[in-house]
Amino acid sequence: MPFLIQSPRLLLPPHRLPLPFSRSLGRSDAVFRRLFNGVSAASATLSSPPTTVETPFSEILSIRDSLLSHRRTASEIAGEYRDRLHKVEPQLHSFLHVSETAMQEAEAVDQMVAAGRELGPLAGVFVGVKDNICTVDMPSTGGSEILKDYRPAYDATVVTRLRDAGAIVVGKTNLDEFGMGGSTEGSGFQVTANPWDLSRVPGGSSGGSAAAVSARQCVVSLGSDTGGSVRQPASFCGVVGMKPTYGRVSRFGLMAYASSLDAIGCFGSSISDVAILLNVISGHDKFDSTSSKRDVPNFAEELVSLSNIEAKPLKGLRVGLIRETIGAGVDAGVVSAIHAAGSHLEHLGCVLNEVSLPSYSLGLPAYYILASSEASSNLSRYDGIRFGNQVGSEELSSLYGNSRANGFGDEVKMRILMGTYALSAGYYDAYYKRAQQVRTLIQKCFKDAMNENDILISPAAPTAAYKIGEKTDDPLAMYAGDIMTVNVNLAGLPALVVPCGFVEGGQVGLPVGLQMIASAFREDILLKVGHIFEQTRQGYRFVPPICGDKYS
Amino acid sequence: MAFVFFRGIRSNHLMVCPLANFCRRPTAVYCALQNSRAQVRPRNVIFQEYSHTSAKKLKEKNMQGYEVIIGIETHVQLATITKAFCSCPYLYGSQPNTNICPVCMGLPGTLPILNSKVVAFAVKLALALNCDLSMTSKFDRKQYFYPDLPKGYQISQFDIPIGTKGVVDVDLPIEFGGEHKRFGITRVHMEEDAGKLLHSDTGSYSQVDLNRAGVPLLEIVSEPDMRSGLEAAEYAAEIQRLVRYLGVSNGNMQEGSLRCDVNVSIRPIGQLEFGTKVEIKNMNSFSAMNKAIDYEISRQVLLHNQGQSNQIIQETRLWEEGYQKTVTMRKKEGLADYRYFPEPDIPDVVLTEDYVENIRRSLPELPEAKRRRYENMGLSMQDVLFLANDSSVADFFDSTVGKGAEAKLVANWIMCDIAAYLKNEHLSINDVKLTPLELAEVIVSIKGGIISGKIGKEILFELLANGGTVQKIIEEKDLVQIVDQGAIEAMVDKVLEENPKQLQQYHGGKTKLQGYFAGQVMKESKGKANPTLLNTILLEKLNAKS
Ligand SMILES: [Zn+2]
Repeated sequence: MPFLIQSPRLLLPPHRLPLPFSRSLGRSDAVFRRLFNGVSAASATLSSPPTTVETPFSEILSIRDSLLSHRRTASEIAGEYRDRLHKVEPQLHSFLHVSETAMQEAEAVDQMVAAGRELGPLAGVFVGVKDNICTVDMPSTGGSEILKDYRPAYDATVVTRLRDAGAIVVGKTNLDEFGMGGSTEGSGFQVTANPWDLSRVPGGSSGGSAAAVSARQCVVSLGSDTGGSVRQPASFCGVVGMKPTYGRVSRFGLMAYASSLDAIGCFGSSISDVAILLNVISGHDKFDSTSSKRDVPNFAEELVSLSNIEAKPLKGLRVGLIRETIGAGVDAGVVSAIHAAGSHLEHLGCVLNEVSLPSYSLGLPAYYILASSEASSNLSRYDGIRFGNQVGSEELSSLYGNSRANGFGDEVKMRILMGTYALSAGYYDAYYKRAQQVRTLIQKCFKDAMNENDILISPAAPTAAYKIGEKTDDPLAMYAGDIMTVNVNLAGLPALVVPCGFVEGGQVGLPVGLQMIASAFREDILLKVGHIFEQTRQGYRFVPPICGDKYS
Repeated sequence: MAFVFFRGIRSNHLMVCPLANFCRRPTAVYCALQNSRAQVRPRNVIFQEYSHTSAKKLKEKNMQGYEVIIGIETHVQLATITKAFCSCPYLYGSQPNTNICPVCMGLPGTLPILNSKVVAFAVKLALALNCDLSMTSKFDRKQYFYPDLPKGYQISQFDIPIGTKGVVDVDLPIEFGGEHKRFGITRVHMEEDAGKLLHSDTGSYSQVDLNRAGVPLLEIVSEPDMRSGLEAAEYAAEIQRLVRYLGVSNGNMQEGSLRCDVNVSIRPIGQLEFGTKVEIKNMNSFSAMNKAIDYEISRQVLLHNQGQSNQIIQETRLWEEGYQKTVTMRKKEGLADYRYFPEPDIPDVVLTEDYVENIRRSLPELPEAKRRRYENMGLSMQDVLFLANDSSVADFFDSTVGKGAEAKLVANWIMCDIAAYLKNEHLSINDVKLTPLELAEVIVSIKGGIISGKIGKEILFELLANGGTVQKIIEEKDLVQIVDQGAIEAMVDKVLEENPKQLQQYHGGKTKLQGYFAGQVMKESKGKANPTLLNTILLEKLNAKS
């Protein structure tokens, strides 16, 4: 049942003027009419909204506003980001490659502004792109030695869509090799630090993308999420992370890790930015036959800003807190942050219930079997024959062996071996087939839970960011960190992580993210709820110390 | 990278990226490949002509006591405009690595998009082979490493092929009894082809040509129903006819559009378990297939007879056309584990009843149906097999009969004069200017006595080469047969008068000279005299004067 967003007198659209999606104006008008039915007269009488609560604002809309009103140029904005990027990069190592043409691209945006031409929704916006997503003008390594300096022959569909929307792809962000890992320590090239505490990991595998947005090195970024690789680093770095429904975003140009689980996702410092970015990259792609032909709602325009928590804007929304995610093994600070977030949702009018997903604990082993199996196959193409690094040899088999032994890191090798084993004759039924059965079971459990609830909530990770090196020798502990997220990939559902609190650690505490899960293709609900949650969240400021006080 | 895999292969300039990016590795890749997967090269071009000698020889040999079991895996390259999973064309004989793109090169991040024509062709062939269709089938990955396999796996169908449990009917040639045979089809499935390796002469390096990578194939697996090289070759020939009738492939064995891998085993009659299976590859014609299989059977029989049946091992052998024997290519150590699993990048292939019905309705008359129809028209089995072999020839035959000519006569004209002409000129029946209507006209005109058979032939060759109508050629060249008794009598008289010496000899008993006189009269008539009439009159006059 769709929940009702109450129509209080204090609901206001965010930025009425600079609408980035002019093509769907008709539709959004209807949405506005629905949301503000009968209140337009009331809102017209309001003065400007109170500004006592510091809420995240949309950097994308603010850039657009600046450009359209000629207050600032794209070059000035780009220069500011570029300076900050380079200033913190020696400490963070979020990027594997930084664009050399970003400033020229910003100038081109200024020329378009000067010429009065229509600007794309991401005009002048610095976007970081995870390095397992192909870009024709920059190396794309997947974080692997085997693809060191590899330059793709084509842009990934998401990158094409970014460029078409006017975005400036500012660089390629660090990751665990081919997305396999949860700390970005598994990169073949460098370790990224957490902007909140440089001695800690940013999470992974999209750690570079999360850290870069957190430290405001770029406005938004793309990651990929196979078992939590967008959501867990979003939680660790205190940013918003969205893993869309499987099939919502084209995978064409994403170096496949586990094809049936891989999803390209978004990072931003506000829900609004994530919504705009998601709109740009979503939708069917003829180059990916698993991409969905469903219509893409205008996520960004469906968001409403509000300034009074007393209005209970989420009245009637049924929220299920997944019982299995707040039990033993989960950091007490994380659990209390999630409980607090739950109370806050109740405060906003939600009906909060605990819900049990009995198959939840099966998700982790099933995920590692399926993901490793697919990975063992997907990584076969890195054989040193046609591209990538080759170790020459007299014999074909040692050419393969040496190229791969030399090119892949330990974690990747381990997963290839596990997957090869699971698919081998005689073991297939016991591993791969059973894991697929578990997957079906998990999908059913989610379906049942979704009949009773509009969204489900849980932590995004069992702990906050841990120390660099803390888990590198204990792969099982590392894998256990994925317990909160892998089930969602197995079920193909959309999930959003919003910063919701802090636990102790570092200079100023470490951020904790709240994961919200919805039914397939209901990213719109997640973004609406997340937006209200974010706007009403009191007393927290999710800007890491590395940005300095000057940043606002 | 990619285009300059190895030495000497031209790069594709159509790609987005500057060439420099692909040429990062200036040196060639050196890897000694055991020449195990030898390049298949056409040798003798033998086409549809069987040498039956080896089969006959075999029969003479001591085959008593053994049962031969043959099963065939046939790969048919589909004549789709684009490849199975990308939009590259496939043109046989193109420069290496010119028909390739990121998808069929298996570059990181690329995904396969199924060409719907592949499914349509698969359904066509499966229906033509009388298979049960899987209304929901899927693709799987078959995994192994080889430089001609860009992704490290082949997209194929494993446990749910699109077609299963079919049959195919063939008629053996009359010199082998003309028996009707039915062979079972285990399965038909869709998959993609691999590229090709080109080995340097020195063997010090190899090159990869990916033009063929991703070209759609249908694999047809037969039941182990064949019992001789001849039956196997006939089975393969029928598959070739089917794919050509259906227009799903050119079925060309020399170009590798139709490839047969044959499994041969023998066992003493009465033994329950099968003998060890040997696979034979590299046969570029039906005749080679026939010979290769019979060679392999004799090899296995000999080993059995010498008490060395343990020397028959599970292996792949290559047919060496030059030596007329099979040689070991690679031994199979245990069963290869291809670690099949469902292809996650391609959704299930779901057929609807309507879709299948539409295709079923669009099927042409198939060779078997055609043969039975021709048989019922009273044609000899030799005629039937010849005509039904090629659908263009069959269509030409049917149209000609449709224009009123007698079937047996049409068959004779097509099989003798027209076939000879086509062979000499290296043409197909679609290339000639003769139309079925005019062939019918020729036949009807001869039958009606308007022209002689000899003139008919002349007209036919004129029509084959230059076209036109029978009517017009007869008029232009004044070729109407002379049936006027008086005119022929006059010509006979003239000839007898001009040849007194021969006439005398005739009367002296040299009656063979009648033929000489007939020839002279025919010459006088410019070939137009009705021969029957001519002979009657000539004989009358010769005997009257004696
Ligand atoms: Zn291609």
